[in-house]
Amino acid sequence: MTVSDVRIDPDAERAVERTPRPAALLGLIARYPLGAAGAFVVLVMIFAAVFAEAIAPYDPEDNAFEYMFTPPGAQFWLGTDDFGRDILSRIIHGARTALFVGFVAAVIGATGGLVLGVASAYFGGWFDLIIQRVMDVFMAFPLIILALAVVAVLGPGIDKVIIAITIPFIPQCARVVRSSALAIREMPYVDAARACGFSHARIILRHMVPNVMAPYLIMITAFVGQAILLEAVLAFLGLGVQEPTAAWGLMLKSGAEEYAESAPWIPIFPGLAISLAVFGFNLFGDALRDALDPKLRAQ
Amino acid sequence: MYNYIIKRLILTIPTLFGAAVLVFVLMRLVPGDVCEVRMAGFGTFADPEAIEICRENLGLNDPVLVQFGQVMWGYLTLDLGVSMWTGQPIVDEIGLRFQLSLEIAILATLVAILIAIPLGTISAIKQDTWIDYVVRAFSIAGIAMPSFWLGIMIILGLLITTQALFGTPWMPPIVYVSPFEDPLGNLAQVFWPAVATGYRYSAVATRMTRSTLLEVLREDYVRTARAKGLLEKIIINRHALKNAMLPVVTIFGIEFAFLIGGLVVTEQVFNLNGLGKLFVESVLTLDFTMTQQLVMLVVVIFVFMNFLVDLLYAWLDPRIRYG
Repeated sequence: MTVSDVRIDPDAERAVERTPRPAALLGLIARYPLGAAGAFVVLVMIFAAVFAEAIAPYDPEDNAFEYMFTPPGAQFWLGTDDFGRDILSRIIHGARTALFVGFVAAVIGATGGLVLGVASAYFGGWFDLIIQRVMDVFMAFPLIILALAVVAVLGPGIDKVIIAITIPFIPQCARVVRSSALAIREMPYVDAARACGFSHARIILRHMVPNVMAPYLIMITAFVGQAILLEAVLAFLGLGVQEPTAAWGLMLKSGAEEYAESAPWIPIFPGLAISLAVFGFNLFGDALRDALDPKLRAQ
Repeated sequence: MYNYIIKRLILTIPTLFGAAVLVFVLMRLVPGDVCEVRMAGFGTFADPEAIEICRENLGLNDPVLVQFGQVMWGYLTLDLGVSMWTGQPIVDEIGLRFQLSLEIAILATLVAILIAIPLGTISAIKQDTWIDYVVRAFSIAGIAMPSFWLGIMIILGLLITTQALFGTPWMPPIVYVSPFEDPLGNLAQVFWPAVATGYRYSAVATRMTRSTLLEVLREDYVRTARAKGLLEKIIINRHALKNAMLPVVTIFGIEFAFLIGGLVVTEQVFNLNGLGKLFVESVLTLDFTMTQQLVMLVVVIFVFMNFLVDLLYAWLDPRIRYG
């Protein structure tokens, strides 16, 4: 038999090179069971947000005073609130508000931090010193106090809430990214790029930024959870999204304290939705960190 | 060492100054002021002249730079001024509430330490077993739950269980009682808010304890200790935990600072008259002076705690020397 007689089945070769998708997925789930659970929660939430109109049994903003304070049952699975609105429908539509605020704030905040952090590490010297001192000032404020102050300046509304949540994220991410970028700046390939005469922008964007993607992605998933929580807190204080929009924090504000005793389903379910969502994003983010940071991997 | 302390203290000045400028500017950007809120806040007709007189009295018509200079001069002469809303000296207003906030912050930190260090240690020792998963899920749940919601659930739980056990529902007392007059009554009041916030703050520390302990347990000296047959208990307690505590101490230090002014919503839920509630009120009434001083108080505590944590580092880890 000569070499030319050996036939290689192209499909077989591919099968050897790559584990089939379902098996690889099962392997990931086995290695990161908590992360998989988190990813599942996140996917369910995204699904609910995208198909809210199709899934939700009722209109979330439709007042039905004849059904006020109906306890959970066959007609309203999670009961109704003080306006007779279906709580389940409001939670499903609330996922959209939460995800929108969460993702937009997290991506803008983390990206702003990424650019500032990498630039700060790359240029060093005076630039670094000034940027870091400014970040110090912002970091010295509790998250909620900074967000409250920004909302007080801008006024309520979903876009202002996003800005208020984004601003405290920038220094947090910049700090983390800078520490990773400092190590990368000393790498020979950055020297090589500089020796080639590439522009600062090119070195930062093409050579440094891709290498700090791991902390950046981890920060984003952590921020989405934090943003959902902060949005709920602002809404609870009456400074966030306004009625009648379906938003989880707002549902707690209108129902939490007065009805905690007489109609406990009004505060319980939106709070559970917030907790579950943030829980999911944090589990997912943790698994992502473990997977991307070899130092923490089990031996 | 002394040089280091002095250098660090000098370096805090730009941070504090920056924070003072930031709050001052933020507050001046808010449309409206305390006089408008007071006189026309509820949609009633307000005499523009009265508003003008009010502004004149509070110095709101002075040029912004003059107002800023007054704030700065106040810091230099340790005079925090009077609240624009109540007219009372700010020192008194803050003093009234500081004790309560400090008490809850200390108790919550204790709760957090008691939860975080044992759980984090167990979780690291039993890495990737079901115990680890349960502990991690428990601690992440702490971050995930909005603390105000947890507070509501605690109150609800207390009401239901006391109703079932004693026949009458019981709620934590609402009027503040000093721990020096009635220690038990005081504890009944601050215990549950401390649990609600302590649980939340334990989450980050638990995760930090776990991950640093995991790193330390892979060090050579731990392997040496194991090789010479030391008991695992001694290895963990004396060799590993001590070295894993550095980042955990940082977390507790920073969180303690935020606990003092950051309990905005928890205080709202438990109806406690603390600094967080005062902060929300002063923001809503556009009480510029009060907001300025409250934020500065939190920032000063934060900067000071950071400083203290750095000094603690040298004490915990003899390898660290500040020159």
